[in-house]
Amino acid sequence: MSSVELQKITKRFKYVTALEDVSFMVHDREFFVLLGPTGAGKTSTLRIIAALLKQDSGSVLFDGEVVDGLTPADRDVAFVFQQYSLYPTMTVYDNLAFPLRSPLRKTPEDEIKTKVEHAAEILRISHLLDRKTAKLSGGEMQRVSIGRAIVREPRMFLMDEPLSNLDAKLRESLRVELQHMQKTQGNTTLFVTHDQIEALTMADRIGVLNEGRLIQVGTPVDIYDRPATTFVAQLVGTPRINLLPAGRENGTIHVDESLLQMPAPEGRTLPDKLLVGIRPEDISLNPTGQFNGTVVLTEPLGVETIVHVQSGERTLLSLAPGMIHLQRGADIRFNLLQDRLHFFDETGKRIA
Amino acid sequence: MAQIELKQVEKLFGEKYAVKPMDLTINNGEFVCLLGPSGCGKTTTLRMISGLETASGGTILLDGENVTWHHPSDRDIAFVFQLYALYPHMTVRDNIAFPLQAEGMNKDDIDTRVSEVVDILRIGHMLKYKPGKLSGGDQQRVALARALVRRPKAFLMDEPLGALDAELRETMRAEIKALHIAQNATTVYVTHDQVEAMALSDRIVVMSAAEVQQVGTPAEVYYDPANLFVAGFIGSPGMNVLKGQLDGDVVRFLGNNNTLPLPARYRIPLLTTLDADKNVIVGFRPEAGTINADGSMQGEVYAVDMHGAYKLLHVNLGDVPDTHEPTIVHLRTDRMASNPMGSQLRFTVDPAMMRFFDPKSGKAILPSQTDQTDRQPVEVLSTTAEGQA
Amino acid sequence: MSDFYEVGPAEPVVISTRVDKVSPKARREHNVRAAIVIAIAMFCLLPIFVMSMTAFKTRSDAVSAPPKLLFKPTLEGFVFLFTERALVPPARAQELLASDTTDLSLFERVALSSGQEITGPSDYVGRLKNSLIIAGVSTIFSVVLGFFAAYAFSRFDVPGKDDLMFFILSTRMLPAVVVTIPLFLMYRQFGLHDTYQGMILLYTVFNLSLAVWLLKGFIDEIPLEYEEAALVDGYSRIQAIFKIVLPQAMTGIAATVVFSLIFAWNEYAFALMLTSDKARTAPPTIATMLGRGGIEWSAIAAGSLGFLIPVAIVVFLLRDYLLRGVTFGAVRR
Repeated sequence: MSSVELQKITKRFKYVTALEDVSFMVHDREFFVLLGPTGAGKTSTLRIIAALLKQDSGSVLFDGEVVDGLTPADRDVAFVFQQYSLYPTMTVYDNLAFPLRSPLRKTPEDEIKTKVEHAAEILRISHLLDRKTAKLSGGEMQRVSIGRAIVREPRMFLMDEPLSNLDAKLRESLRVELQHMQKTQGNTTLFVTHDQIEALTMADRIGVLNEGRLIQVGTPVDIYDRPATTFVAQLVGTPRINLLPAGRENGTIHVDESLLQMPAPEGRTLPDKLLVGIRPEDISLNPTGQFNGTVVLTEPLGVETIVHVQSGERTLLSLAPGMIHLQRGADIRFNLLQDRLHFFDETGKRIA
Repeated sequence: MAQIELKQVEKLFGEKYAVKPMDLTINNGEFVCLLGPSGCGKTTTLRMISGLETASGGTILLDGENVTWHHPSDRDIAFVFQLYALYPHMTVRDNIAFPLQAEGMNKDDIDTRVSEVVDILRIGHMLKYKPGKLSGGDQQRVALARALVRRPKAFLMDEPLGALDAELRETMRAEIKALHIAQNATTVYVTHDQVEAMALSDRIVVMSAAEVQQVGTPAEVYYDPANLFVAGFIGSPGMNVLKGQLDGDVVRFLGNNNTLPLPARYRIPLLTTLDADKNVIVGFRPEAGTINADGSMQGEVYAVDMHGAYKLLHVNLGDVPDTHEPTIVHLRTDRMASNPMGSQLRFTVDPAMMRFFDPKSGKAILPSQTDQTDRQPVEVLSTTAEGQA
Repeated sequence: MSDFYEVGPAEPVVISTRVDKVSPKARREHNVRAAIVIAIAMFCLLPIFVMSMTAFKTRSDAVSAPPKLLFKPTLEGFVFLFTERALVPPARAQELLASDTTDLSLFERVALSSGQEITGPSDYVGRLKNSLIIAGVSTIFSVVLGFFAAYAFSRFDVPGKDDLMFFILSTRMLPAVVVTIPLFLMYRQFGLHDTYQGMILLYTVFNLSLAVWLLKGFIDEIPLEYEEAALVDGYSRIQAIFKIVLPQAMTGIAATVVFSLIFAWNEYAFALMLTSDKARTAPPTIATMLGRGGIEWSAIAAGSLGFLIPVAIVVFLLRDYLLRGVTFGAVRR
């Protein structure tokens, strides 16, 4: 397996800039997730690494060597697409064997057989080898796609939203399998997704991309606990973080249009106008809580319940454990976990 | 508003059941979700209620009146589609006014009615636009307005949030719930997303393979699933289910050395229900497990999911001998818990949260008496919260 | 808003995309519809049925009014189609038929029984062969060239793509009659008149625009990911085309083959003007049979029947691909 580095990659299409000065590194054996909304430039990044797309400027390095001149075949990466990458006219076996039969590799058939059967076993698709791919379910298809990547022992895996067309239950179980496989086999993996749960749960590190720019790179805990901008803060976590415009007077922060106020944390210089971010799980309902509000709505999810609490003109989302039912309009008291508050300036940048 | 009753309603496509005979009463003002995977018959059921599809058998009553063979337009029911179904060439206002114009209402009344629903849904600023200019969420708001403006007896919604992205879906879900609380209109809502169903419903009808699996409140389907399908489908991830064998006061799990103590209230029901081989399936929710060095359950961490607010551990209790498939249970732990992949751990399971299923039928085995600890304290927090109000 | 619903129910408007009724009434309607479809199909096939019958009728049966439904089948039409004949005196004919010589072939007997003697083969078989060669080769050329052109238009950033596509289409806009005269003069100059090369060139060029347009649509439908996966897996682009694109474009290719072949096979105006003998195809031949001393209806019917068969065979061979195209297209989108 190899490391891959992007140096100042820029790519412009006719009307839009897909990538602007993007640099990051995926270490050997690392699971790196590029997270961003549709059109952020995630797929373009993958395609540039695979040489399916040519960057306007900047370089791609594998193991410290520039590979800009190499064709897709010569770069020796495996690409798992969102869909449509299994050849419908071939059996599962032939699909898995396809990369090994390429003129670059010319693997003898008995060796192909060993490798295909080994990969099939890892992914538990041995019983499907004789089927035509058109007859497979969505989850089976995506397993075969991943299988086609692992038979080759490539320098790295590039995965373009491979789970997004599957139903929720299947996505959950494949996510676990993928994570387990990556860790036990030590494959360098660059995984692209718009789903924050996929990013948080699988990644060693996450790179957040928006409108062609890399906004933050960090571990899932970094991204969740110390989002660099309000965009990142809103991108990760369900339900979404509460973002409240607030003003600072002396040592106190007042949330606009509400009764919420809190002491400004020690040792930080905060501007007069700012945004306070509070994650729903950091608002704890408590009969002796410091703040009060009224219940707007409860949404029981099973393991926890989202409670919409109104304070002044603001509605906050709070997450409480268990299944709770509260009457609309009921008064309720709550606490904020002061040391888990996030502060952003008016442009949305995190205040350190 | 209206009560909707289905009596032995069924739908056949050729020889195959799309919906097996089902009974269901939806009370006046109730919000009921039809929940299930694609192809389970939920949409067909909704379409039979609307009249877009005719029942192959049974009767559908609307406020006691048999409407089984009535044309959709004679049922006074509004339908909200997944893909909005707004007329692209009309402005938002004309779209909303369209059903009223169709029935020949005079212009002033139309204006009053339109402005009423526009206020409820806060879409006043977009009346002059064509639907194509609006975001997905706004389009769905307009579609809701067009349904509301008619003041129908009931609302039928077919995955109205299915085409929206995750973030908007969360917002619109809360809006639909708020709208329902304010209007208290009888609503039947179809979805494949269990989170949506849990968050919105008064009652959930869980369907699978053309058949109703369980009808119950969100708390009932979550804590007391009627069968293995419901147990696995509700929750993210679903309930952990493990094959085991009853052995005196404990359940031994197959393929590994783990045991769990048998809660006393299940002893007699299990002994009377189970076969001589004493095979049983044990279920428990991920939050019922607690990491504990003295726990009777032991396994190796297979994968770790960081979810931000919490961590989900996937623990392998041991590979199944013949298939080499791991036996995975999911445990919900603190976000800062440190259990790296490959490490060993022990855990306990809250006996109040243990459930038992018959391995042959997959049906839940009910305890002999429902004691207070059996169910999660649904109302406890609410009484404290309201009590101090 | 408490009185929101008290104004009473309004007339609902239900936006329905599909209304399924499987009531008994709907079943009956289904049967009626099926019957109507069968009737229409039979009505459409009537000319072919009449033609097939006529091919086996005698000269007099063929023209009798009202048409005979029951008749004694004869091979007269086929004999007249495949042979050149001369009249023989009736007595001589009888004599020849009566004599027990077994060296008379079936065709000769049939000819004699209508008072004629076979003098040699007709040019029908040769013309049919010309048709097969010209239509077949030009179809292969236009589909192969069209496939690669369509692939390029579909996958690459060809400069002026839209204008080029329109230009290609524009070659079909002039009616054949308008261009035959200049073509005739040009072909005479270049020595292409009445040659296989000339006709193949003409039909290839004419069909190429259709092939490019049709195939581009089909190739556009094949997701790019398939080829990209192959490229990443270590294949060159040309290998990816043959291993990945070609098998999936088979329905489109089959449709294009059928359309091109049918055009080249049926084409009449150019063939009439630009060929005279060596490269003359079947359509003008059959037409000119009308004019040769009395109309041989049964011979014409037999000729037309023979003319139908090759196209029918090709469509039959390709039917799986064609049908898959119809059903897949509907399901995939």
